[in-house]
Amino acid sequence: MLGIDALPLAASESNLLAARELMAFTLAFHIVLACLGVALPAMILTANWLGLKRDDPDAMRLARRWSKAMGVTFAVGAVTGTVLSFEFGLLWPNFMSRFGDAFGIAFAVEGLFFFTEAIFLAIYIYGWKRLSGWAHFWSGVPMVITGIGGAFSVVTANSWMNAPRGFTLDAAGKVVETEPFKVLFSPAWSYEVPHMILAAYMVVGFLVASIYAVGMLRGRRDRLHRLGLLIPLTIACIVTPVQLFVGDTAAREVADHQPAKFAGMECIQKTGGHQTEYVGGICTSDGVKAAIPIPDLDSFLVGFHADTKVTGLNDIPADERPPANTLLHLAFDAMVGIGTALLLLGVWLGFVWWRRRDIPRTPWFLRAVAVSGISAILALWFGWIVTEVGRQPWIVQGYMRTSEAVTEAKGIWFAFAGVLIVYAGLGIGAVLVLRAMSRRWRAEEEDEAEVPYGPSAELPEAAR
Amino acid sequence: MSRADLAAAILWTGGTLYALFGGADFGAGAWDLLAGFDERKGARPRARIQQSLTPVWEANHVWLIFILVVLWTAFPEAFGAIMTTLYVPIALAALGIVLRGAGFAFRKSVHRLRYRRAMGAAFALSSVLTPFFMGTVVGAIAAGHVPAGGNGDAFSSWIQPLPLLTGALFVSSGAYLAAIFLLSDAHRAGDGEMEGYFSRRALSAGVLAGAVALVGLIALHAEAHYVYDRLIVEGLPLVIVSILCGFGVLALLLGRYRRGLRPLAAAAVVAVIWGWGVAQFPYLLPTSLRIDQAAAPNPTLDAVLVVFVVAAIIVLPSLGLLYWLSQRELLGE
Repeated sequence: MLGIDALPLAASESNLLAARELMAFTLAFHIVLACLGVALPAMILTANWLGLKRDDPDAMRLARRWSKAMGVTFAVGAVTGTVLSFEFGLLWPNFMSRFGDAFGIAFAVEGLFFFTEAIFLAIYIYGWKRLSGWAHFWSGVPMVITGIGGAFSVVTANSWMNAPRGFTLDAAGKVVETEPFKVLFSPAWSYEVPHMILAAYMVVGFLVASIYAVGMLRGRRDRLHRLGLLIPLTIACIVTPVQLFVGDTAAREVADHQPAKFAGMECIQKTGGHQTEYVGGICTSDGVKAAIPIPDLDSFLVGFHADTKVTGLNDIPADERPPANTLLHLAFDAMVGIGTALLLLGVWLGFVWWRRRDIPRTPWFLRAVAVSGISAILALWFGWIVTEVGRQPWIVQGYMRTSEAVTEAKGIWFAFAGVLIVYAGLGIGAVLVLRAMSRRWRAEEEDEAEVPYGPSAELPEAAR
Repeated sequence: MSRADLAAAILWTGGTLYALFGGADFGAGAWDLLAGFDERKGARPRARIQQSLTPVWEANHVWLIFILVVLWTAFPEAFGAIMTTLYVPIALAALGIVLRGAGFAFRKSVHRLRYRRAMGAAFALSSVLTPFFMGTVVGAIAAGHVPAGGNGDAFSSWIQPLPLLTGALFVSSGAYLAAIFLLSDAHRAGDGEMEGYFSRRALSAGVLAGAVALVGLIALHAEAHYVYDRLIVEGLPLVIVSILCGFGVLALLLGRYRRGLRPLAAAAVVAVIWGWGVAQFPYLLPTSLRIDQAAAPNPTLDAVLVVFVVAAIIVLPSLGLLYWLSQRELLGE
């Protein structure tokens, strides 16, 4: 069993490692911004709707500010997403030229959603001043739909890599026939897609709430902060229990469709019933060390019976086993652990709200919310580590190895170094810009020049 | 017309729209770069550029995603061949896209002059380099430097007269289109000074683009026989249209006419792109990979066609709405 990617490296292995690390890094960077593109519009429109319906200037101000922030994150997300499109070809040209005709279909659909989202996002972000209130609100609704549609298309492409369907190969391994619907709705989509969309709502909900929690801990206890905390936090807390249910289903499906991935992430060495669930620990070929063992639980979780048979790594050919089992296992456990902690946070808020119509008074609640955003992001990354590293050595499960897909181009490590530098600048720049915006907003808190939907007399008839 | 040809036509349509809107978008950045070091003198054109660009720049660039997606789905082998050969200019173009997007988004959100300058420089400089490298990719394809199996030479495939001239053509024609669009925006806003400013620049960029195209034709003759031979026969009507439109724009500019300026300028660029398409037909990679050889199986092509039709129904009217709102100055910060 391979503990980590084998070292020292031959030239081609070195290229593979560099390409994988580069892809992983750029994906991890992009996915956070992608979540904002998927789920932030819903938060903004909730605030906007409250603002219009109840004539609430605080809610309106939040919607306006979040939309300005989204202008920045969407721009950065659009360029990092474009980089990923290039990387498909630059890093994995053999994958694309062999399977682009199947894998690509989902991206053609995604292009549609992304385009529509970019258009309405622009109308919404820049429509505050001179569109009428409700017209402006409705111009934002397509963002919510296209965000979800876009997430569906991208994730379903990944589902296809995990459970490829809908194509016929000739003797040379070339795709000669495709069935687009089977490609789009391969078996894994039904749990991967909702899992990711809910994850996006959790990440964004907890992230936005955490920003206001920090503000409140610093003594800014005005209504604006309360609302800024409550709107996203409520959405995230409603979504979390659903996510745990979907995630649980997903794990069972993975056990079914990708037994090697499941065995890797649960450190199952031998096929059989009565599998022990290990919490934490280090995976070795003779069992899990330093873990908390719970007898029979793993079998029970997979099939609701203690004697459910679960495939172990001993039944997976040695060259088809996923690498880095300990990493997979810990990433999976950490994701589940964070999800559970976030669920408890929601229960806490729900209970106190039910009793007192207020958020818990203790600063510990705000502290918990303050770290919930980054925790949700970590859970998101851990989940993708399980999905992607767990599929290795395959890029298309059962059909193409990642090592066959990788480019022969030289200099991937240099490209990686360059990308690290540029993305560090991108990340730091985005954070600095967002902080500067927030400082400016606080400075002009009382400035009425910021009022949206300016004098309607200036509006031409057609724009109403 | 076969399905594969139809898919290629969709690819070309995407390319045309990207050349028009993305090209003008890059061009506006080039004018930002050339607006001078003097902060005060450059302030007004830069403000004009920012106002025209802000609501639409993101949508302008989704056409690039469209091209990539159609290429890798409908013609995966060609995509692989291009990526394994021209990865150097493609990676540099990707870098330019990152710097440009981030520079533009950050510039309008930071207030300190020092940062604004740095962001503005990143935006403006990459507005020139990105289309240049994209042009070298297109030029290398047209010149037949991309072998069907891919893995062509990483440098000699694009460091050649024709690809480099195509890069220059991308930059200059983008600047030309941008100046025309910007002078029209200034005209509508009643800003006579900026109208004149961009009118002079449209004139010089137009002459420059024409000259580059002419030299490019000579390079085409030397480097890409197949494409050249078809361009001066099958593609001739489109070449003539492009030349006539180009002179038409010059005449309108010199006569200070504004009506018909934008469509005519756009037509000059569109005719060149379709002339190139006609000239390399039926090859996707002249002369090693034909469209029908590179095409995906029919159901995939059908899916691409369906997506395109849906895009025409949903995206184009939405895009129209965005441009309409933007042109009427209903969108702004």
